[in-house]
Amino acid sequence: MTGASLIASSQQTPFNLQREQGQRAVFCGLTSIIWLHRKIQDAFFLVVGSRTCAHLLQSSAGVMIFAEPRFGTAVLGERDLAGLADCNEELDRVVAELLDRRPDIKTVFLVGSCPSEVIKLDLDNASKRLTRDFQGSTRFVAYSGSGIETTFTQGEDGCLLSALEGLPVSESASPDLLIVGTLPDIVEDQFQRLFDEMGASRVEFFPGRDSQSRPNIGPNTKILLAQPYLGDTLRKLVSMGGTALSAPYPLGVEGSRCWFEAAASALGISPTKVAEVLAAPMKRGEAALSRYREELAGLRLVMLPDSQLEIPIARFLARECGMLPQEIGTPYFDADTMSGELPLLPEGVAWYEGQDLDEGLDRVRALKPDLTVCGMGIANPLEAEGLTTKWSIELLFSPVQGFEQAADLAELFARPLRRRAKLEVGLWN
Amino acid sequence: MELTVWTYEGPPHMGALRVAASMQDVHLVLHSPQGDTYADLLFTMIERDNKRPPVTYTTFQARDLGGSTADRFLNSLQSAWEHHKPNVMLVADSCTAELLQDQPGTLAQGAGLPIPVVSVELSAYSRKENWGASETFYQLVRTMLSGVDVPDREAVASRRPRVNLLGPTKLGFRCRDDVREVAALLDALGVDVNVVAPLGAAAADLKRIPEADANICLCPEVANLVCSWLERNYGMKTLRTVPIGIGATLRFIDELCDALNIDAKRAEQLSSRLPWYSQSVDSTYLTGKRVFIFGDATHAAAAAKIAKFELGFDVVGLGTYSRELARDVRAVAKEMGLEALITDNHMEVERAVMELQPELVLGTQMERHIAKRLGIACTVISTPAHVQDFPARYSPQMGFEGANVIFDSWIHPLMMGLEEHLLRMFREDFEFNDAAVPSHLAEENAVSLASGTDRVTKDNVVALPGLAWDPKAEKELRKIPFFVRGKARRNTEAFALERGLTAIDVETLYDAKAHYSR
Repeated sequence: MTGASLIASSQQTPFNLQREQGQRAVFCGLTSIIWLHRKIQDAFFLVVGSRTCAHLLQSSAGVMIFAEPRFGTAVLGERDLAGLADCNEELDRVVAELLDRRPDIKTVFLVGSCPSEVIKLDLDNASKRLTRDFQGSTRFVAYSGSGIETTFTQGEDGCLLSALEGLPVSESASPDLLIVGTLPDIVEDQFQRLFDEMGASRVEFFPGRDSQSRPNIGPNTKILLAQPYLGDTLRKLVSMGGTALSAPYPLGVEGSRCWFEAAASALGISPTKVAEVLAAPMKRGEAALSRYREELAGLRLVMLPDSQLEIPIARFLARECGMLPQEIGTPYFDADTMSGELPLLPEGVAWYEGQDLDEGLDRVRALKPDLTVCGMGIANPLEAEGLTTKWSIELLFSPVQGFEQAADLAELFARPLRRRAKLEVGLWN
Repeated sequence: MELTVWTYEGPPHMGALRVAASMQDVHLVLHSPQGDTYADLLFTMIERDNKRPPVTYTTFQARDLGGSTADRFLNSLQSAWEHHKPNVMLVADSCTAELLQDQPGTLAQGAGLPIPVVSVELSAYSRKENWGASETFYQLVRTMLSGVDVPDREAVASRRPRVNLLGPTKLGFRCRDDVREVAALLDALGVDVNVVAPLGAAAADLKRIPEADANICLCPEVANLVCSWLERNYGMKTLRTVPIGIGATLRFIDELCDALNIDAKRAEQLSSRLPWYSQSVDSTYLTGKRVFIFGDATHAAAAAKIAKFELGFDVVGLGTYSRELARDVRAVAKEMGLEALITDNHMEVERAVMELQPELVLGTQMERHIAKRLGIACTVISTPAHVQDFPARYSPQMGFEGANVIFDSWIHPLMMGLEEHLLRMFREDFEFNDAAVPSHLAEENAVSLASGTDRVTKDNVVALPGLAWDPKAEKELRKIPFFVRGKARRNTEAFALERGLTAIDVETLYDAKAHYSR
C-alpha cells in the first residue's frame, strides 16, 4: 500500500502512528457504490457476491430504492459453489437479464466481493469476454470491493483504477490538471469556476459524470487528489506519466486555499492572480466559519476509523475550529496521499491505524471527549452512554469540500453538540 | 446466481444475530470479513437500540487467508469472552467464512471456555434470515436443556397455569409491544407467563421452559422448530393460533382455555373497538376496497383474514416471501379464491400490484416504496420494516389492543369516508378542488397559487407512447377527483391499449369507466 513515497515531504511534524489489529467496525469497499452510482450516471454496478452483499447495500443505501437503483447483486447460490452451474454462464445470463431491463447502461462494473474473491471467480476475464460479446454497446470493467481487500471508501480507489485500465497515454489532448476523486456536482462546479477565473482552462475531473469520459493522461498532466482514499489510482496515474501534486485536502478554508495554491503553482499561475480569485470565497468562508469557531473551540475530539477522511478533518477541526483532537483513528495510512496533510497536523494527538473495536471503545469511555466521530452502527450506543457523537457517513454524502461548504462542514460537528445542550429530556434510562 | 436489487430477508447470520441481540447474556462470535459489521446499524439505527448488538466479528482480511483465519477466530473468541463475559457463546460462519471451512464450532469447543458454546451451521448460500433465527434459537434451547428432565406436571391444580411465549425477537414486527399485550391478555385469563424467549430472556431462563404447561408459538417463523421439538421431547402442547385480529384473538383464547382448562368466561370483560368501528356507518366506504397483501407468512395470512372478515375489504392479492411457511399462506389464499404469490423477488410483487390496481397495499418496507411510486395507499404490516415502524408509542398488532391499532393504521391512509363523500359532492366547487388553497392560507399564498400552476401541471396528461388524449377527454379527466384521477388515467390508457386505440376521447374515457366499474 505505501511503497516508496511519491512526494518528498519537506517538513515533518512529530507524527507517531500506532497500529492496532483486531475487530474492525468499518464498511467494506462495496459501500462506495452508493455515491459512485449517483456520480457516474450511465453505469451499473453489479456486485458478484452473496445475500450479505445485497443486504449490506440496501441497509446502508436506505431509501435509494425509490428510484430504480443502478446497482444490484448477482447472488451466488449453492449450485454455483458446488460447481453444478458454470459461474461464467450464470453471470452471462444475469448480465443479459440486467441489460434487457436497462438497455441505457453504457458501462457495467463487475464488482468482486469476499465470496467471489475466495472462490477465485475471475471477473477480469469475465469483463473482457462480456465486452466482446456486447460488441462495444456496453463496456464491462471489473474491480474488487471485497471486505477482505478494501475498506469503505477504498472501493472508489478500485473503481477508478479499473476505469484507467487499458487507457493509452495521450500526447496531445491531455489536460494540464486532473482532479481525482468523486466530488458532489455542486462542489465540482464551484471548483471549475474558480479554475476558470484563474485562467486554467485545461482542468478535468475524474470520475466524470458519465462513464464515457475517461481521462487523458499526458506527460504534462498534474494530478491532484480531491479525496484522500485514492492511493492506488494516484500511483497508476503517475506510472502513466502524470505528476502528483502534494496538498492538504480541500476541507475548510485553509485546506481549500492550500489545495488551490498547489494546483495554481503547478500550472504556473501567479500567486497574485490566485489571491485575487480566492479573496472573495475565502472571506465568505471565514466569516461563516467564525461562528462555529466560537462553538467548537476548546472541545475535545475523538475520531474512530471509518472513511479515511479522519486525518484531514481532524486537521480542519483543530486549526480552523480550535478543537482539541485527543485520538484520531484511520482504517489505514497511505503516506503518498497524506504528505500534504502531515505538516499541518496538530501535536499531542494519539494517531491510530487499524482498529480493535472493544479496546477503542474503552479508550473513548475513558477519555470522555466532547465529541466522538464514528460509524453509524456505534453512534447510538455511545449517545446512550452520554457521549455526543457525529456519524461519519454523512461526510461522504454531503457537499463538504471547498470554501462555500467550510461552514457546512463545521455545522455537521456543531449540531449534535448544540442539540444535546438544547434538550431537557433528562438522561437516557 | 440470481439478480437481486433488494432482499426481503438478510443472510442467515442476521437471524443468529437477532436471537443473540434479543437475549441478555448471549454473545455471538461471527467468523466474517470486514464489512459484515454493517449488521450493527440495523439494531442501533432502525430499532434504535441503545447498545451494540452482542457480536464480535473476526473481520479477517486477505492477508489472513493464507492460513491464519483460524487463529484470528480463536483470538476473537478469547477477546470476546474476556471483554463481554457472556453466559453462552454462540459461534457461526458468515457467507465468506463458510467457504474457508475453518469450522469455528470445533475450534471453539477446543478453546476451553467455562461456558456453554453453541455452534450453528447457517448454510449461507441456501438459507435466509428467518431460517437462521429459527435454527439458532433451536440450537440454543437444545443446548440449555441438555440434561434437563421432563418435570413432574402434577402440581398444576395448586397454581395458576403458565405458558411460554416463544419466537419474539429484536427487529421483529412490533414484538416488544406484542409480548406486553399478550402477557396482559393472559393475565386477564388467569394465566402466567413462564418464559419469554428469545426477547429479553437470559440463557438460564431457557432451562425453565419445560416448567410451563404449554408453549405459545408467537412468531412461527422463529419458533416453529423449537415448539415441535419441545412437543416431542417434553410432551409440551403448542398453541399455534397467532392472535392478530379479533377473530384470531378469540380463537387464541378458545385454544388456550381448551388446552389449560380455563373458564372462557373470564375473557368476556375484554373488548376491542374494532368490531364497532367497523360496523359504524362511516366505515361503509370501506366495503369492497381492493387490498393487496404481502409480507412474512404469519402477518400476511393474518392480515388477509382481518381485511376480509373484519373490515369488509376485497382481498385481490396475497403473498409471502417466507417459503418455509408458504403452505399456510397458500391455504388462506385458496379459501379466498386466490392463488398465493410466493416469491422473494420484489419486482414480481410490483408487477402484481400494477396489474391488480388495489386501493390499499399492506406489506413490508418494500411494498411501501412500490405503493408510493404507484400512488396507492399503504400500511406496513410485516418486516422488513424501517425506522418509522419501530414507533415510540405502544402499538401492538396482537390481541384486542392490536386490533385497535390495526384498524387505525390501515384505515388512515385511505381517504376517510365522509371526507371522500364531500369531495365527490363538491368537486365542481370553485374552492374545493386540488388546486384550491385552504381559505385560511389564501391571502399569503395568493401570488404563488393564483395560477394554481404547480399542481395542475403536475397532473397534466402525458400519454403513453402511441396514445394521444383528445383535449376534451383531457378536460373531462380533470373533473375526476384528484385522488382517483391517476387511477382513472391508467385504467383508460390500459383499456385503450388493449383495444388497439391510438386516441382517447370522452367516449373512451367513459367506456373504460364502465368496463372497470364493479
